[in-house]
Amino acid sequence: MSKILLDIQDLRLSFFTPAGEVKALNDVSIRMNEGDVLGIVGESGSGKSVTAYSIMGLTAHPGRIIGGTIDFNGHRIDRMTEKEMRKIRGNEVSIIFQDPMTSLNPVYTIGDQIREVLFLHTNLDKKQAQHRATELLKLVGLNDPEKRLKQYPHELSGGMRQRVMIAIALACEPKLLIADEPTTALDVTIQAQIMELMIELKKKLNMSIIMITHDLGIVASMCRKIVVMYAGKVVEKGTVEEIFYNPKHEYTKGLLKSIPKLNATEREKLVPIPGTPVDMLNPPPGCPFAPRCEKCMKICIRSMPEFTQISDTHASACWLLQKEAAQALKGGNSIGK
Amino acid sequence: MEKKNNFSFQLDVTDFLPADESEKQSMVIMRESTSFWKDGYRRLKRNKLAMISFVVIVIVLIMAFIVPSFYPYSYEQQIRGSENLGVMEYSKEEIARMEAGEKVFPHLLGTDSLGRDITIRLLMGSRISLLVGIVASVIILVIGSIYGSIAGYFGGKVDMIMMRAVDIIYTVPDILIIILLSVTLKYPLRDLAEKVPGFQWIETVGVGLISIFIVFSLLYWVGMSRIVRSQILTLKEQEYVVAAKALGASSSRIIRKHLLTNSIGILIVTTTLQIPASIFTESFLSFLGLGVSAPMPSLGSMASQAIGGINSYPLRLLAPAAMISLIILSFNLLGDGLRDAFDPKLKN
Amino acid sequence: MGAYAIKRIASAAVTLFVVATLTFFLMFLVPGGPFLSEKATTPQTLKALEQKYGLDQPVGVQYVNYMKRIVMGDLGTSLKMRGQEVNDIIGQRFPVSARLGAIAVLIAIAVGIPLGSVAALNRGKWLDNIIMFIATTGIAVPSFVVATTLMFTFGVKLHILPTYGLSSPMHYVLPVMALAFYPTAYISRLMRSSMLDVLGQDYMRTARAKGISQFKSLFKHALRNAVLPVITYMGPMLAYILTGSFVVEKIFTIPGLGSQFISSITDRDYPLIMGTTIFLAFLLITMNVIVDIAYKIIDPRIKLK
Repeated sequence: MSKILLDIQDLRLSFFTPAGEVKALNDVSIRMNEGDVLGIVGESGSGKSVTAYSIMGLTAHPGRIIGGTIDFNGHRIDRMTEKEMRKIRGNEVSIIFQDPMTSLNPVYTIGDQIREVLFLHTNLDKKQAQHRATELLKLVGLNDPEKRLKQYPHELSGGMRQRVMIAIALACEPKLLIADEPTTALDVTIQAQIMELMIELKKKLNMSIIMITHDLGIVASMCRKIVVMYAGKVVEKGTVEEIFYNPKHEYTKGLLKSIPKLNATEREKLVPIPGTPVDMLNPPPGCPFAPRCEKCMKICIRSMPEFTQISDTHASACWLLQKEAAQALKGGNSIGK
Repeated sequence: MEKKNNFSFQLDVTDFLPADESEKQSMVIMRESTSFWKDGYRRLKRNKLAMISFVVIVIVLIMAFIVPSFYPYSYEQQIRGSENLGVMEYSKEEIARMEAGEKVFPHLLGTDSLGRDITIRLLMGSRISLLVGIVASVIILVIGSIYGSIAGYFGGKVDMIMMRAVDIIYTVPDILIIILLSVTLKYPLRDLAEKVPGFQWIETVGVGLISIFIVFSLLYWVGMSRIVRSQILTLKEQEYVVAAKALGASSSRIIRKHLLTNSIGILIVTTTLQIPASIFTESFLSFLGLGVSAPMPSLGSMASQAIGGINSYPLRLLAPAAMISLIILSFNLLGDGLRDAFDPKLKN
Repeated sequence: MGAYAIKRIASAAVTLFVVATLTFFLMFLVPGGPFLSEKATTPQTLKALEQKYGLDQPVGVQYVNYMKRIVMGDLGTSLKMRGQEVNDIIGQRFPVSARLGAIAVLIAIAVGIPLGSVAALNRGKWLDNIIMFIATTGIAVPSFVVATTLMFTFGVKLHILPTYGLSSPMHYVLPVMALAFYPTAYISRLMRSSMLDVLGQDYMRTARAKGISQFKSLFKHALRNAVLPVITYMGPMLAYILTGSFVVEKIFTIPGLGSQFISSITDRDYPLIMGTTIFLAFLLITMNVIVDIAYKIIDPRIKLK
């Protein structure tokens, strides 16, 4: 197997707001290998973006990591100073944000903004940087790169701007690229184009990617492994096949039921998950999904289930699995007797 | 199958019974839902500065509009022998009267060179400032809302022509025109008051004051009309307006019932912030001698007259200066508070 | 860009035309018209004056003549200062006011922008609270209050600064402070809120994600965006400084155009009032056009419009 690139262990992160401590991440553990494409799915507020930002050391005020470790490419991110982090950001790990319309500085040209990251992390001179910037724009499929470099962000469309953001992210050939819902703010046709570009770049550059999204379609087309998050917790993780064909957690099942299928043979209904997420200011002691879960049991309300390992790669945190396991074990025992 | 935890042998079977709805709901803490006004009011109450300002404004209003009616001195009363008294001083005559057992109300802030009590003049000056601020803002509100809502509601060519006019007035250097109007307007107004029956009230209110109202309402409504128009433009696309139209409601009913009521928050905030702006300009005009006419005092004219004697009687300058600053500051802070509470988006 | 400039200049010309027209007709509200002094009572002088100013002609003709003279740059003759051209008076007095105003503008910008930025970066802390308290008070205090308070404190009580005229650099201190106080406070508030807005923008996050130091991202990415709203305040600021100059020049006895304008009002020197009004309106409108066009050049987003 290939080398472990990122290892997040029991990460806990809270936002200390005037209203109280918001526990945004609770014991999040994620591991990925070099060359992996990992999808993190979950609804808004589930902590998927917060997890990604913490890998960049970009936890926004008033958020703070209060426990756990982040190990990236041999760096202990959670222990690094801001100054050390700056050498890694945009260099070894870079990020593409959700909204390309607002992620580029409106008063600088595209060229300025690409060259900026090159000057920060490489020793290229002006001419070389210009050359590299042109190359990058070609790489992300923008025509007429020399002209684009002189343009301002507002002169480009949303899709083009996202391509520029990707170019900036790829400028220093990072080990890991984090894509934080890179297509959510774009039109459907543009979404497809950007996804195609990402898949193509992945093949070309063989880098590791974390794809954060609530769109399971994107995950299916691109990722090999999936982490499902709910209310600041990882509830299930596994390979694409395992998650799609053998979901174990009730939330994952709900998610899969709520996406439309094109090739549905009979008239299938889309089933939304009823209810709203729990209040993160006062998180309940039990499973956060319990209030919305159809199969909620008494124990779910009282305590958080441990992970049940279904296969080497597949694990899910649900009391139902514990129950099944216990029953299987008891059955086994009775047979033995 | 492998398990991480090994307490499965001690599992209590009852734990795995289905939970009922009430148990599930106990996990969901719903925050109380509040109405727009309640929510805004709560936010306003939490803003200490705004609440203090509100109290200050109420106190100043009482001092300016109620206290003078039973104050023992009047603003134009010249008490002979009591000229240029200091704080809490009495003239010889007054001391004699006091010795005779008569009660004499003290001159809290002294008197001016004509023997007029400064305290009552300060209160009357505040009354003028507040009157100008509030009346002018209401006039601006009325003209601006009507003009803006008509332009915004009808849109198209009507809107274009009406807004072009607003643009021109907007770019006119207002202070110059205000000065010009203040210089010239008093002549026709005086004529009107003297010659045309039914207009004598102009003299009672004061030509200066009336001309200030006219000047402000002629120039300052444009800002208000722009705000109202843009509110209407966004609101009229909303479904409920389309629904009302489909049900056959008349234009004026739609403007009154749906559009204006929905932009009321922004109107209150803008009007509150217009008050100090008007007071600001009035005090400036009075300082230059273009505001209300003597003997009516205004905080600006009181300060202006006191400059000559700044060495000997600094209080005559500092008292109106402090008063005007306090009034404007309080209205500004209250307006800021209202804006933060009711329309956070309006910031700048 | 060129089209915008032309459009903007054309609309400024319309505004100026409106101001001139308004000025002319407002002056007719004055009994006897603006060109006659009350003292010219003898029929002969009256006749002579009427002929000189063409007052015997119909209003329409007078208006056309008046506008013609303005377009030629002739603002007429003062009533009270016999024989003095309004143009000459302005030429003499304006440089004094302009110098004072320019210094005040520079100080307001140089002090207001850093103050506002510092407040934004220390949001909610004591430094922010102090700066915002001063700034909020600053915009609530009329210029005459600032000017008189400064004069009283530094001139009358402490005797450390001169309060009369402009004969030495020290003489500039108090009037400039009085003029710059309000704009400085206003710019600080404006800069603070615009800085806070910019700091929360996505592109600031992008900058950090690139690995730029916070200090550098502040100067390179935040400041340039945050300053833009301040540029839009330049127009109103010039108008405010002009207005302030009326009061401040009067209080500190400065021989500028502001004090001249005020005394022309008390003297009822109507031709001088009209001339100065038109000159100042021209000045303000022109400056506004320049600011607007400069803004379009500085902010690349607006070029398309």
